[in-house]
Amino acid sequence: MYQDQTIAAISTAMADGGIGIIRISGDESIDIINRIFRPAKKKDMMQVDSYTAHYGYIYDEEKKIDECICLVMRAPHTYTREDVVEINCHGGVMVMKKILETVLKNGARPAEPGEFTKRAFLNGRIDLSQAEAVMDIISSKNEFALQSSLKQLEGSLRKKIEEIRKTIIHHIAAIESALDDPEHMSIDGYGEQLLVDVKQLKSKIRALIDSADDGRILKEGIKTVIIGKPNAGKSSLLNVLVGEERAIVTDIAGTTRDTLEESISIQGIPLNIIDTAGIRDTEDIIEKIGVDKAKEKISSADLILYVVDVSRNLDQNDEMIMDLIVDKKVIVLLNKSDLDKKADIHLLYEKIKANPEWKYVEISAKTQDGISDFYEILKDMFFAGSLSFNDEIYITNIRHKNALMEAEQSLMMVEQSIMDDMPEDFFSIDLMNAYESLGFIIGESLGEDLVNEIFSEFCMGK
Amino acid sequence: MAFLKESYDIVVVGAGHAGCEAALACARLGFETICFTVSMDSVALMPCNPNIGGSSKGHLVKEIDALGGQMGINIDKTYIQSKMLNKSKGPAVHSLRAQADKAEYSRYMRMTMENTEHLTLRQAEIVEILTENKKICGVKTYSGAIYHAKAVILATGTYLKARCIYGDVSNATGPNGLQAANYLTDSLKSLGIEMYRFKTGTPARIDKRSIHFDQMEEQFGDEKIVPFSFTNKEEDIRRPQVSCWLTYTNEETHQIIKENLHRSPLFSGAIEGTGPRYCPSIEDKVVKFADKNRHQVFIEPEGEYTNEMYVGGMSSSLPEDVQYRMYRSVKGLEDVKIVRNAYAIEYDCINPMQLNASLEFKNVEGLFSGGQFNGSSGYEEAAAQGLIAGINACRKLQKKEPIILKRSQAYIGVLIDDLVTKETHEPYRMMTSRAEYRLLLRQDNADLRLTPIGHEIGLISDERYEKLCLKKQQIEEEIKRVKEVRIGAAKEVQELLESLGSSSLKTAVTLEELIRRPELKYEDLAPIDPDRPVLDDDVIDQVNINIKYEGYITRQMKQVEQFHKLEMKKIPEEIDYEQVHNLRREAIQKLSQIRPISIGQASRISGVSPSDISVLLIYIEQMKRS
Repeated sequence: MYQDQTIAAISTAMADGGIGIIRISGDESIDIINRIFRPAKKKDMMQVDSYTAHYGYIYDEEKKIDECICLVMRAPHTYTREDVVEINCHGGVMVMKKILETVLKNGARPAEPGEFTKRAFLNGRIDLSQAEAVMDIISSKNEFALQSSLKQLEGSLRKKIEEIRKTIIHHIAAIESALDDPEHMSIDGYGEQLLVDVKQLKSKIRALIDSADDGRILKEGIKTVIIGKPNAGKSSLLNVLVGEERAIVTDIAGTTRDTLEESISIQGIPLNIIDTAGIRDTEDIIEKIGVDKAKEKISSADLILYVVDVSRNLDQNDEMIMDLIVDKKVIVLLNKSDLDKKADIHLLYEKIKANPEWKYVEISAKTQDGISDFYEILKDMFFAGSLSFNDEIYITNIRHKNALMEAEQSLMMVEQSIMDDMPEDFFSIDLMNAYESLGFIIGESLGEDLVNEIFSEFCMGK
Repeated sequence: MAFLKESYDIVVVGAGHAGCEAALACARLGFETICFTVSMDSVALMPCNPNIGGSSKGHLVKEIDALGGQMGINIDKTYIQSKMLNKSKGPAVHSLRAQADKAEYSRYMRMTMENTEHLTLRQAEIVEILTENKKICGVKTYSGAIYHAKAVILATGTYLKARCIYGDVSNATGPNGLQAANYLTDSLKSLGIEMYRFKTGTPARIDKRSIHFDQMEEQFGDEKIVPFSFTNKEEDIRRPQVSCWLTYTNEETHQIIKENLHRSPLFSGAIEGTGPRYCPSIEDKVVKFADKNRHQVFIEPEGEYTNEMYVGGMSSSLPEDVQYRMYRSVKGLEDVKIVRNAYAIEYDCINPMQLNASLEFKNVEGLFSGGQFNGSSGYEEAAAQGLIAGINACRKLQKKEPIILKRSQAYIGVLIDDLVTKETHEPYRMMTSRAEYRLLLRQDNADLRLTPIGHEIGLISDERYEKLCLKKQQIEEEIKRVKEVRIGAAKEVQELLESLGSSSLKTAVTLEELIRRPELKYEDLAPIDPDRPVLDDDVIDQVNINIKYEGYITRQMKQVEQFHKLEMKKIPEEIDYEQVHNLRREAIQKLSQIRPISIGQASRISGVSPSDISVLLIYIEQMKRS
């Protein structure tokens, strides 16, 4: 069922740009826009012609979100050969996010990477030669999304979701075992007891949804790790980036990891700088937190800022670092360029030249010389697309929120069924849906969970 | 020495619940069929519990009947107590269960088999499956007789290399001391079929005269009898009912068991098979649920003409002396005499993932199987598979598409899809929670769901089918009517509502809105609905259910619509998963092994991720275009 749902995604760069586009595709596209869009000139959006543009406002229920132009394109003459709606709004990460969430709330689900193209192909719109590429995107991006989603979920969020699921499946098992073996177990009046828990679970889920709004579940941005030997100038650089360019600076202790992160925006490019105590204390990150931890940080990073003190010679530590980052996108910051270059820098240049993913710039964190050159390099990489905004993480985030909202919705249905005095078997249907939605976040499905729970918790059988 | 005996269209191996349904279906569809059994006295034998139906199993029986199978008719004829379980719950989980007179059940089924045209019953042990180029050509008996056939259906139940065990006693027999089938496994293995070893168990049978019933709670049958078969009305099958009895184990019982656990063959390692968690032995229960100080024990009659009683809830493989002490510690059983010991039974069965959803083996053309041999448990699960295996063997010979019921169509569909798609590590039992669309798969509408299919197959007569069409039409018309009839706030209306404990009307409403009130039913509103047609109870039931639960039903129907889209996307049979580069390794392995027929089935395989499904969809589209 997942395959055919109406999907939506932000289809422009996730950066504060001029115009942002949210694209919706599928059977319900026009229904959805009809619910959330109020055209300036009164007209029935369900009836408008294909390939027409409409000016008006997007509303989340009664709350106006943004002024926009909606493009309505009807199947089959669209990119995906399904009904497609594009919402052109003022670019701006928050606005685009808000509109997308409103679309999702009204029945679409977040598109997977490559999914619009996938549908275009499956519906006969694009040709064979493009199919391979789509498959590559899907498999690699999904692999990545899975990895990153699991990574984000180590820790407290995962634990919270697991706890909620545990309570839910216990109730399902209690109900189901009694249905399967009514002569051994009775659940008459179970609704009352269940109602108490459902209310609690609902508020727990609500809290998670709210925290997602604050961006606390995880933060979006180019995941950037600063690395270098002790005293190479890492913390000075960080201070320059954070202190001088205070566009957006937030200090939020990650709920999903123990380190502190700095979110900064450099001329509209969101960077998510992973800052460990090790960096601040100018201790060698590798010594301080161990090679494994450093590897983990590096492997999950989108960008490495490698700070080298050119007034000192390269040593084993540098070699170790260079080995670790060899496959990454790297900007080598040749720091202390105001001092004499003592280092056997030519070795470093060779390394940099050999790797097309590596750029370098001479800076002085102290005098701030070269910092603007660094920004230019960063911008070039970003706009040339070689450094992409980590939108998989964004997608994961919004998928999580969507799943949480679905779970909340299912629990509301359970509540309603209890109040309506429905028989107990109706409760477990929606409880199962809630369990599945939450499982989606942590990558687990109902599968045999229920059967296992029933047999381990309840004694039944002839 | 081998010699050619005869030729048949179809051979069925085994005459248990699966074998009987399979053989009857084949013969009724006009194919010359021979059904082998190791003993003519064990046709449709019930070697364990003396009842048919129960939660979700009752659904299976209703579905078998709706398709034109025999089990429902047979139990309606031979039941001695009938009960609708879960009556206080929603209609989806109402489940019919009947206590059977075991001997009568077996006798009546045998009589039906013996008197069915095109069907031959034969006592013989099959020791070899004969094939030519991986295609079925016949079977060979222990005595060397060769029977040629175009299709073979295996329904060997728990007989393959069976061993019955309690304490340190181990008998190489099938259930009830019947002869085991010791040779067929090797023949199957040589065909490349992977075998599992499963285990199950049964409690002791005790002498009625030695039970103190005054120490137990009597369990009566229902007053209103609902037949299993849609061909029967209540008045056709009403009869005096026999009671069951409820008692409990106690601390002493548990103590005896705990002290003797070391003498259980499970603990000594004498049993290697995997047992089902849903029917644990009493020693399992005592160990696993140590905090429970008592367990229910149901004493159920084995039949009307025997004093044997079944001790439900206390299956065991403990030694005989422990069994005596354990049973005698239960209230009301202090002086009990055991007629047959409790025992565990081990047997060979197959890994069912080797089957297509048609129940034909993927690697041996024309070889079908059903029942406990497929790794399931329960009479009803067996019969359901037997019926489908029989039907599909016929359709193979008719060169027709196999019948594969969807998960949204029938519990039978769920059962078979689970068996052939999901890994089984224990005997598989049907459970209501396994059916994701259970609001639609009710026992009350099995005929509406499946009888048209049964008719198309050829197992349902034109007459029965026309009756069903009429019923369907009546239901639809009546639902339409009650949506239109408006009831005003007249005095007689208010009085009726008040007398039924329902709030009075402020404005006019439709009949439908009144029926939707939890405290009201269609029948209650007769006095204020003078124009209603005369309708059968089962039509009225459908009107009530469809209106009362409309919201939920519509929601599930929407889900089903989505589900169907993926089921309709067929995967080409010739697909080579190794060639689909973007699939993950695990997905390639699972898909190659199971070879799902549709994208829907593929998506249910554990280890196949949503992105694998996307990749597969694109690959199939590529195949189609090139």
